[in-house]
Amino acid sequence: MLKLDRVWKTYKVGAFGSKELVAVRDVSFDVRPGEVVSLIGESGSGKTTIGRMVLRLNSITKGKIEFDGTDVSTLTGGRLKNYYRQVQGVFQDPFSSYNPIFKADRVFWMVKDQFFGRVPDRQWQEKIDAALHDMGLDPGQVLNKYPHQLSGGQLQRMLIARALLLDIRILVADEIISMLDASTRIDVLNLLADLKARGLGVLFVTHDLALGNYISTKTVILRKGVAVEMGATGKVFADPQHPYSRRLLGSVPQLHKKWSEIAAELRLDDGEDTGHCLYHEKFPGKCGEPPSDPDQPALAEYAPDHYVACVKEAWDEEEAKLVAA
Amino acid sequence: MSLRVDNLRVYYRTLRGDVKALDGVTFRLEDGEIMGLAGESGCGKSTLSKSLIRLDSRMRYVEGTVELDGKQLPIDDQEEMNNFRYTEVSIIPQYAMSAMMPIRKIGKMISELLESRGFGYRTILPELERRLNLVGLSPEVLKRYPIELSGGMKQRMVLVISTLLNPSLLIADEVTSALDVSTQKAVAETLVEFRDREFVKSMIVVTHDISLVYQIADSIMVMYAGKLAEKAATEVIVNAPRHPYTQLLISSLPEVGVRYADKQLTGIPGNPPQLLKPPVGCRFRDRCPVAFDKCVEEPPFVEVAPGHSVACWKAY
Amino acid sequence: MTEIKDTSASPGPDQTGAPAGPTAGIATDAAAVESAAGVGAGSDVVPARRRFETLYFALRNAKVVGGLSVLLLFVLFGAIGPLFTDFGPRQRQVGPRNGAPNAENWLGTTSLGQDVFTQMAYGVRASFYVGIGAALVAGLIGMLIGFVAGYRGGLIDELLMAFTNIVLVLPVFVVLIVLNAYLGQRSLWIQALVIGVFSWPWVARAVRAQTFSLRNRDFVDLARLSGVGTLNIIRREIAPNMASYLVMVFVLLFAGAVLLAVLLDFIGFGPRDSVSLGWMLDQARQNSAIIYGFWWWFIPPGAAITAITGAAYITNVGLDEVFNPKLREM
Repeated sequence: MLKLDRVWKTYKVGAFGSKELVAVRDVSFDVRPGEVVSLIGESGSGKTTIGRMVLRLNSITKGKIEFDGTDVSTLTGGRLKNYYRQVQGVFQDPFSSYNPIFKADRVFWMVKDQFFGRVPDRQWQEKIDAALHDMGLDPGQVLNKYPHQLSGGQLQRMLIARALLLDIRILVADEIISMLDASTRIDVLNLLADLKARGLGVLFVTHDLALGNYISTKTVILRKGVAVEMGATGKVFADPQHPYSRRLLGSVPQLHKKWSEIAAELRLDDGEDTGHCLYHEKFPGKCGEPPSDPDQPALAEYAPDHYVACVKEAWDEEEAKLVAA
Repeated sequence: MSLRVDNLRVYYRTLRGDVKALDGVTFRLEDGEIMGLAGESGCGKSTLSKSLIRLDSRMRYVEGTVELDGKQLPIDDQEEMNNFRYTEVSIIPQYAMSAMMPIRKIGKMISELLESRGFGYRTILPELERRLNLVGLSPEVLKRYPIELSGGMKQRMVLVISTLLNPSLLIADEVTSALDVSTQKAVAETLVEFRDREFVKSMIVVTHDISLVYQIADSIMVMYAGKLAEKAATEVIVNAPRHPYTQLLISSLPEVGVRYADKQLTGIPGNPPQLLKPPVGCRFRDRCPVAFDKCVEEPPFVEVAPGHSVACWKAY
Repeated sequence: MTEIKDTSASPGPDQTGAPAGPTAGIATDAAAVESAAGVGAGSDVVPARRRFETLYFALRNAKVVGGLSVLLLFVLFGAIGPLFTDFGPRQRQVGPRNGAPNAENWLGTTSLGQDVFTQMAYGVRASFYVGIGAALVAGLIGMLIGFVAGYRGGLIDELLMAFTNIVLVLPVFVVLIVLNAYLGQRSLWIQALVIGVFSWPWVARAVRAQTFSLRNRDFVDLARLSGVGTLNIIRREIAPNMASYLVMVFVLLFAGAVLLAVLLDFIGFGPRDSVSLGWMLDQARQNSAIIYGFWWWFIPPGAAITAITGAAYITNVGLDEVFNPKLREM
């Protein structure tokens, strides 16, 4: 349904745009109906940029993003609007997503104005009520209020309701629960999982591995714009191959295991580099150097539905030393 | 040496009346103890941490006492507290790393800070450099501007600065929230290290991330709507909590290894009460799955087992 | 899926609700407290709508009320003042020359025997015409350029800012002298236009800066995802958010224009046939009123100019407090 094919995003920085900043490098994956794909990465990993490129909020420098076979970057005007009927996004900060000087339900009416102009107001109101019920919200409690009068959880759910009013097929969820309280988070997550069961495809952007693990079908681990490991969630989490993924998993604070136990399980102390690069077993080239053949795929297959990049990929020697003494 | 807080009540003045942000809190902190202070937004944990050092002028101290190392802290007096701030009680406020003066070199900022408290920069410099090395920072950073450091480095810098004079009590308010996962681990472990090396005697780590304090704290205290819900050793809170709120909170946390398909987690429906006119009795009553008629009477915070205190009629 | 009940509509503990614009980040308890103390349909406090809340505070702010009252007084004076006298502003010999204030000529007369009071009334009128006219011209140009540059960015922004900078550094007087020589004809409206055309650069920059910060807010992205076009986004999402700022811009433009007009009139570039405060000051100077002590000729216009611009600036400070809740005293 949604396919990213060797997508790149570079920014020109510096005086007169003399330097280049690579935000996303050669990332490919797809999202099928009923799949939740997690883009996991820390800040600067490019995960948000990818989400925005899918939403056409940022331009694509190289590569292709295809939706149902059509190149997304070629869409303009009416066809772009049609794209938005099928692909929508929800962002991290619920309070920033609403124009603070207007009432919150204005977002629903904006959708009507742009997409459902001929539908009578009353019918639209019924649709809104139904969508809100679907999200577990009481229309009487959330309609006709200003954003600052509602809670973050309510606002996020209203945004998802808005997206659903359009009968979308893909939802890009960018860190949508990081600003919610622990007790509300899980409700919104369960909501997403439900939607997945209904056939919606979700691109779930997050820095929190536990969340990614909870609801996603596929996981892509990003580091500085590069996908270092990718595959079925169960496989990636159970048997992480790339040193970065392992380090990441080892740093996540877990609720019933101490860090020392996790490190032991992942055998993190066995020395970072066994000198063994899975990627360069399959493809020619040296670790840490760009491949001589630019058409070479970015990841190598380690197991069915489990791909890994070169071990030296985006490796930062300086950060290898974290805790001193 | 220890911290004793007795029936502390601190309200916020607002145009509409007093918001009872902290309404009668009593607990003890022993020497060398790292206590995690957990709870959701609006529970009072930030208020508690700020009231121990009296940092916010909007707070109105109502009643209660705070005793540190046998001495009463003048938490109702902004001026008097000055003698204790930074030397006995130190706080790392939220967003501290963005609060460093951007136009001063770090070394200059520290020297101004020390001099304002009557300490000589030169005399403390060797110790400062030693501690910087300890957290993995080169003394070179003293010559840099804050903007040249990464988030993790700034946070470690702030850690060193706030504990430079070896305070008895360190309050760390959400010090890991804005950091990446790997840096979070480094900073959290540095906190423990500081305690182990006795740079600070005891620590209160305020956070909304229970998994993080599970890793480093000796005990965890859970707050709800301005009151204490439960305090116990870390393992006990996580594995055998007695207060319904704690139980629900722990069970709503997704963990690596737990998948939706296998075990669906549930949240806590509803919202915490407004603190302008808080409900009578137990404040968790409206959302509690096991509430019964006695809950209209406020349950006291009592010890039910050594080192384990709860405020719930069902838990006694 | 478990039934999720929203039992109360009280604002959640997640975030602050400051009218000036919510902040991101994990909420502190103080902030949560403010939102908890704030509005909720379930409480017995009627939810205050933001617009009326602003009005409420505006009417209670001493500076706004005081400043606006003074301005209103002058407007009234300019509007109905001339009705109290039978003289025209330039009518000569309606009283003794250089006569001090008396029952006939309330503010005395000039050395040509003209009535100062009448001149004042017309002069104040002129100041308001020019002030408001120039403010409108400068405001509209500045906002248009600022919004477009701020929202589009890139090359358009560079071009517009280059243009703005050029206008900014143009030597106003040189241009005015040339214009005067070229146009010959001088009326109030031309003056307003000319002042307006030279006063907009700072507005463009200020509006551009605000637009930059607003354009990156998620609600603008959401509008784009809803298919709303650029111009409509500026009109319906960004501009209303800046309404308070734009009001203050107009107040400042007005005050600045009045002063600039006075300056121009004083050096002789004022409108030829009508009377203005600056022109009065110039006339007083030329006829050595200061040396001879004919205070009624130059003190009233001077005081009026000061009062009008001062009142405008004070209103502005007050408005800043009204719109920005953090500046209000707790």
